[in-house]
Amino acid sequence: MTTPKTDPANGLKARVTGTTRRGALSTLAGGVAAASLPMWARYTHAQTAEPIKIGFQVHRTGIGAAYGRWYDRTTQAAVKLINDGGGINGRMVEIVAEDDGTDPKRGAEVVEKFANQHGCDIGFGTLFSHVVIGSAPRAGELKLPYFVVSEGTHVSSGMLNRYTLQPGITDVRSQVIAMAPFITETLGKKVTMIFPDYGFGYDHRDNLAPAIEAQGGEVIAKIAIPPSETSFTKYFPRIPRDTEVLYHVMVGPAVLTFVKELGEFFGGRGPALFGFIDSLEAVTINSPGLEFLENTYFWEGMCRHQQSDESPHETAYRAAVGVDGRGAALNDGRDVSTYAHMFGCWETLHVIKAGMEAAGYRGPKDRAALIEAVEAMTDMPESLAHPQGDKVFNGKTHQVFGHQNISRVEGGKLVRVHRTSIEDSVYPDAVDYTTRPF
Amino acid sequence: MELGPYLVLATLEGAITAAVLALTAVGLSLVFGVMRVVNIAHGEFFMLGAVLAWWIAQSVAGHPAIGFALALIFAPLLVGALAVAADMTILKRLNYDPERTIVATIGLLYIIQQLTLMGYGPDARPVEAPFNTRLAIPWFERGAEGWQMIWPWGLGTTTYKLAVIGAAAMILCAVWALMTRSRIGLVMRATQADREMALAFGIPVERVYALVFGFGAALAALAAVLIVPIQQAHYLMGGDPLLLSFIVVIIGGLGSLPGTVLAAVLIGLSDGIISVFFSPTLAKIIATLLVALVLVFRPQGLFGGRRT
Repeated sequence: MTTPKTDPANGLKARVTGTTRRGALSTLAGGVAAASLPMWARYTHAQTAEPIKIGFQVHRTGIGAAYGRWYDRTTQAAVKLINDGGGINGRMVEIVAEDDGTDPKRGAEVVEKFANQHGCDIGFGTLFSHVVIGSAPRAGELKLPYFVVSEGTHVSSGMLNRYTLQPGITDVRSQVIAMAPFITETLGKKVTMIFPDYGFGYDHRDNLAPAIEAQGGEVIAKIAIPPSETSFTKYFPRIPRDTEVLYHVMVGPAVLTFVKELGEFFGGRGPALFGFIDSLEAVTINSPGLEFLENTYFWEGMCRHQQSDESPHETAYRAAVGVDGRGAALNDGRDVSTYAHMFGCWETLHVIKAGMEAAGYRGPKDRAALIEAVEAMTDMPESLAHPQGDKVFNGKTHQVFGHQNISRVEGGKLVRVHRTSIEDSVYPDAVDYTTRPF
Repeated sequence: MELGPYLVLATLEGAITAAVLALTAVGLSLVFGVMRVVNIAHGEFFMLGAVLAWWIAQSVAGHPAIGFALALIFAPLLVGALAVAADMTILKRLNYDPERTIVATIGLLYIIQQLTLMGYGPDARPVEAPFNTRLAIPWFERGAEGWQMIWPWGLGTTTYKLAVIGAAAMILCAVWALMTRSRIGLVMRATQADREMALAFGIPVERVYALVFGFGAALAALAAVLIVPIQQAHYLMGGDPLLLSFIVVIIGGLGSLPGTVLAAVLIGLSDGIISVFFSPTLAKIIATLLVALVLVFRPQGLFGGRRT
């Protein structure tokens, strides 16, 4: 390279633009050194630039796919709201979604990926109880806070561990004891139940009979159906003839077939029907063959069809997740949501935000502090963060309690006829997770 | 429910299983009989038939019967065409080698299943039945005033379910007529009896193979179109029919059509009745046990002839 060093007029320019081999090498070395700086040095601004990573265990495929699709949409909407409001502790939230195939074995692997591969701060979002029960022990071993949105009573029963919490959705036991008085007083005392043959269904099976007996009624038959079943009529003859109320709760891809065959079986006669809306989640109630559901009752976690007295928070929530007044996607009326359950994702994410802010959460070393902060929570007032209604969290059992809705089908619309109080759904503590070590 | 009405209902439910199973298993049996190919992807052709039926039915406006009728024609044709293409591009190149075709059809199973998952999604979707009226079945009971007719709740079926049984019986008769009374049936049987001799007599064996593979897949698809208004279309629905078809084909004797149909009726009815009286799991256990017994004591199946 020829640099006219003798020319003072060109001297400065030459020094700026001229590139020597030695200079290039030293610049390159500096760049390499900068690139290889450890993580702490890159985020010297108190980690404000690094996002909080939430591992989202989602049922994209398998028998829980319909729930997974809507849990995903609700989660994305909640995260958008949180990030638009400045994130958590000034940091953006990033969702790392992994499909678990609604399979317990894969669920445990996904939890492991969150902790070891993706470097997630927490795990979140699992619904199907067999997947929760399969994944939670691994989360406990990896010391990964695991926020489930499952309804299963396995959290409050003491079956799981200190790292597993359910702060965004009520559990089956509290739902069942809140429903039992309505069933026996309004519909009848002799109850036959149909439930899915796995963890979630067993929560119904084990808790309904004592709750009905406490009201002076009786569960006269319990019929278990595998959630992967595709044809149901063969199970129905086991319904005893003196049944006054048929209590049904079903999950899986074939729920529409289940309810349709139930209608064909009874042919407009038979016992009164009380269902958990699980039997019809993601299915339009106007489907052909479901006309017999008119005047029957459903439990709903949150009312799918817009009620006349809907709160402004719920209206805002509906708009944010992209659901119309019939509980279907705004851009496709046939794509019906899992409205009675998916609010759990929204509320859980807001609990996580509140917990991280209370704990001053900065990174994985604060995981225990996060759990302690959530355990310290009690009242959760109705707000945009809790559009389903106010709730009370029990830090000892890691389970939240809230209002339950009973709707009746009137003219093809689910109309709420009763909303239970929180006290109706409370039961004695079976565990105190706070006494367990981290 | 009382024993009598219970049994009637169980038999009706079993008959539907048997009808659909017979169609699916005959397809599997035909492919094995003529081509000596164990088609593991058979259940996926069944699933594809159901998914295509949904796709056709939902894209046609008007009365549900129109969409269903179109599905009944086009879904099996499309699935059959796909199977012919698979035969010509994959199986033919493996020279119909028994072991390698098993591996190839396992691959085909995953490809079809995952492509369906990617395109159609993981949801179960319903197809509306062209007609569906509930028929209550009366029962006779001896009361205080002697025998009288009662209408117990729960005892009933639907016109569509009866139509499925009727349609399956008709299609099976047509397949039987095709195999025994038509020229193409003669060619197929000749190929089944002795491939080399058939070649020597100028039968285009490879074309016959492609046709049989397509025909077998189309039968599975047809069975699925019939059942989809009762059960919904789902990307994982091919597993059960495949397993049950193998059970039926092994019990009936590989390659024997009458044996396959009889075994389908046997398995279907026993599945219905055992499911209703005891549990569906027990029904599967007994069917599998039956397969084991047949394999031990009569490896050629109930109707299969010994082969050399």
